[in-house]
Amino acid sequence: MLDAPLTSRLDSEDAFVVELPAFSGPLDLLLSLIREEQLDIYDIPIARICEQFVLRIRTLGLNEAAEYLEMAARLLRIKAQMLLPRGDVEAWDNPRAELVRRLLEYQQMREVVDVLERRGEERRNQFARAYLPQQPAPPQAPLALSLSELLSAVDRVLRTVTQPNMHEVIPRALDIPGAIMTIRSVLTLRARIMWTELVENGAEPWQILSTLLGLLELAKLGELRVAQPKPFGNVEISRDVASEAA
Amino acid sequence: MTSLAKLLEAALFASARPIATDELASLDPDASGAELQSALDEIREHYDVEGHGVELVEIGGGWQILTRAEYTEAIERAQLAARPARLSGAALETLAIIAYRQPISRAEIEEIRGVAVGNLLKSLHERGLIDVVGRAEGLGRPLLYGTTPLFLEHFALRHLEELPRADELAIALRAPRRDPDAAAVAAASAEGGE
Repeated sequence: MLDAPLTSRLDSEDAFVVELPAFSGPLDLLLSLIREEQLDIYDIPIARICEQFVLRIRTLGLNEAAEYLEMAARLLRIKAQMLLPRGDVEAWDNPRAELVRRLLEYQQMREVVDVLERRGEERRNQFARAYLPQQPAPPQAPLALSLSELLSAVDRVLRTVTQPNMHEVIPRALDIPGAIMTIRSVLTLRARIMWTELVENGAEPWQILSTLLGLLELAKLGELRVAQPKPFGNVEISRDVASEAA
Repeated sequence: MTSLAKLLEAALFASARPIATDELASLDPDASGAELQSALDEIREHYDVEGHGVELVEIGGGWQILTRAEYTEAIERAQLAARPARLSGAALETLAIIAYRQPISRAEIEEIRGVAVGNLLKSLHERGLIDVVGRAEGLGRPLLYGTTPLFLEHFALRHLEELPRADELAIALRAPRRDPDAAAVAAASAEGGE
């Protein structure tokens, strides 16, 4: 009953299938083999179609091989089942039934694909108003505000700030280059000087630290010598005679 | 044209997507459904009878002004607009299955197509042609897919019912119940594996 529309449809599709560079799956390949061989989908000679199928996936080198191999295995199994002695006629036809059902279902779906393809192509040939890639947010309305409203808003904001949290910022924590200059100028006047003389009484911690670091820097450069005769005693700073000589 | 027709035309021109009938109705709360329809007919006739380069089409659950197909090549040659890329055969197969069987899980699609469709589903989803519409009750609660309004638009369909009904296809739809033959084959395969 279904044969007539089916075969005519298959014939009209042959040319189309040949143009396809690849098959969209094992069922697609199987269907096209059935068409090529002009077989009855309800009475597929399994041995022949299985052989053809395996041959074809070998020559095509299909990269989705797993799915095609699975179908090949399925076909071989059906073939093996058909070789078994048939107990009764009912059971004998069964091995192919699932395959036939899947092929018919697939075939039906291909019919819908044809419809979609035709409609899609029609729509593709018509342009709508161009899509904007990203719909920009609607521009903000200009600010409508009177001066008194603005001032009261500022007032409200200021009221919420009860105690401004302010920090005193010291521009430079230490002044080492300054300390170095001081020590150098002192040492040009005097060959030796004591630490207590270098650091004034009541000096700020940052001044003491700057002087100490400046002193160490100059000692490292070899411009002076630092000596402390006894622990916790006063420190004697003297010009480095060797470097002076050099 | 009537002022209502002009209003609708302006709205249709301004929109990049099809405008649904109820959206058109919101343009003029006083207009009745019949008035809207006759205004739309008026626009369509205006384009068709006077011979315009555009036409009014009913598509994707709404109305849209589209250029006529005969000017597509010239427009594309001048690089003013480009046709979208064609969908692959595999993508069309997957869409056809989803359109007819929605909501449908990935495993069910793969069973019909005989190949894995994971990546395809992802790209169809990215193109906005399908969407996740729920989860199945079964094991693992798989995602269920369905088609979107953009799918209708893409295939110039007014609604899903415009696709051929299952019984209009050359091959009848399979019965929803499980085929006893299929069960027999499955059982035989299981035995064969030993």
